Order: sequence, then structure tokens, then C-alpha cells
Amino acid sequence: MPLQPPAERDVVDHIQQTRDSYAQLGYDSYRWAHEPDPAPFAKPTKPLSESNVALIASGGVYQVGQVAFHHKDDTSYRRIPTNVAVADLRTSHFAYDMTNARVDPNVVFPIDALRNMVDSGTIGSLTPHALTFMGGIYSQRRLKEELIPAFAEEIQALDPDVVLLVPV
Amino acid sequence: MTSSWVITASANPPRAAYLDYPLGHTAGRPNELEEQIEIATAALGLIESATEPGQIMPLPHRWPTEWKTKARELSDKRTERHDTPQYERPTDAA
Repeated sequence: MPLQPPAERDVVDHIQQTRDSYAQLGYDSYRWAHEPDPAPFAKPTKPLSESNVALIASGGVYQVGQVAFHHKDDTSYRRIPTNVAVADLRTSHFAYDMTNARVDPNVVFPIDALRNMVDSGTIGSLTPHALTFMGGIYSQRRLKEELIPAFAEEIQALDPDVVLLVPV
Repeated sequence: MTSSWVITASANPPRAAYLDYPLGHTAGRPNELEEQIEIATAALGLIESATEPGQIMPLPHRWPTEWKTKARELSDKRTERHDTPQYERPTDAA
């Protein structure tokens, strides 16, 4: 059963909006990912305050010195050191308004918040690097065959207790 | 974390915290570190508080100005999909 948003929120229906927009442009309807079955649910084995946390973000964040993302189903990703200077972070994405992300990349890559939470003891630690990609990948097949296996391998190597996903 | 209830409900991850902000601010407003910490703390708190998969927890934060009218306008705001690296600043090119 689909989870209904709280009525008072009047949430923006991005799926219907994309359907309407594509219809207006004469495009075929985009098929959004739809997973009716409950996701696997791993219970924590230790308190959050002792947990090692990994960050994966889809907002097109790269570090100065790295190759920027391109915008045509780019299934590559970047490793961003979690001790990175925020001033060295950039964004490259074709499908969202990056104005504020370019003022403060933390709005799509909350690295300062996470570092602060390590300092305050809310979380135990961060993995040595975070993973970023350009989430405007229209091919779900390429996402499943290329990017997701690569992330699975990266995450297994990092071996965190918790992964925080920050889509845009 | 998510700022799109409908997309997250469709993708159905094990846990999610919903921030009712315009897209592009999933982790909070710019240069508002205290707010960004609140949001990340609430999202990660679901690791300990969620008891079953599929929960989407609404966060109490509200964007300070009206934004949904514009967000609902049907206009294609995407830029052209170039297949070469698109640097934020030309001087970034490796």
C-alpha cells in the first residue's frame, strides 16, 4: 500500500508533474522506479554514537582536481575525502537549480553536519571518503548494471555500519 | 533523506526523512549549519527508532517563503544534456 503524505503538507507531486511536462513536450512517459515490496531491513548492531557512517549523494558533487560529471546518463562516481575543504567542492548537474548548492554544497552534501556530529558524539565516525554521482541518469538498466554494483563494491570495502543517502 | 515524498514512496527505501523544501536542498538551507545538523541528526536517528521498512518521517522544518506555486509550473527547467564534463568553473578543469 503506498504511503500517503500528511495532508497538511500539500506535497509537490514530482512524478505527476514529470508526466504532465513530458506529455506537453510530446515525449514518452518516464517510468519511475517503483518497488512495491518492502526493502530489506537491517537492524543496527551498535548504537549510532559508535557507528561508522558512509555518505552517498546524487547532487553531482565533485572536488576541484577531479573530472566534473557530464549530463548524458553519466554513471561514473567520485570519491570525496570526508576531510575535504567545502571550498573545494563543486556541483555539476543538469536537472536541479544549483544556485544554493554552489553557495554552500552542504545543502546536497551535508559533510559539515556529519563532521560536527562526529565531534559531538552523535555518530561514531565517518568513512575515509564519501561517494557522489550525478543522479540524472535516465537509464534504470545502466544504473542497475553499472553504478549500483560499483557502489556495492565500494561500500563493502568501506564497511560502514550506516549509509546515509542524499538524493536531490 | 528526501525532498520528494512521491518519488521516495515509489522507490520505497528502508527508512527516509522527508524535508518539505524545494529540490536542491535535501540537507537544509545554505549556510545554516545548525539546521543542517538537525536534519542529518533526525535522518540518522531513524537507524535506532524505525521498527519496520518503508517509514517516511516528515521533518518539522518549513521553507521560509512560499515556493510551491512556482515549483508546480509546468516548464522544462533542465539544461541540455552534454556528454562532456560540465565544470562549475572553467578553472576547475583537471
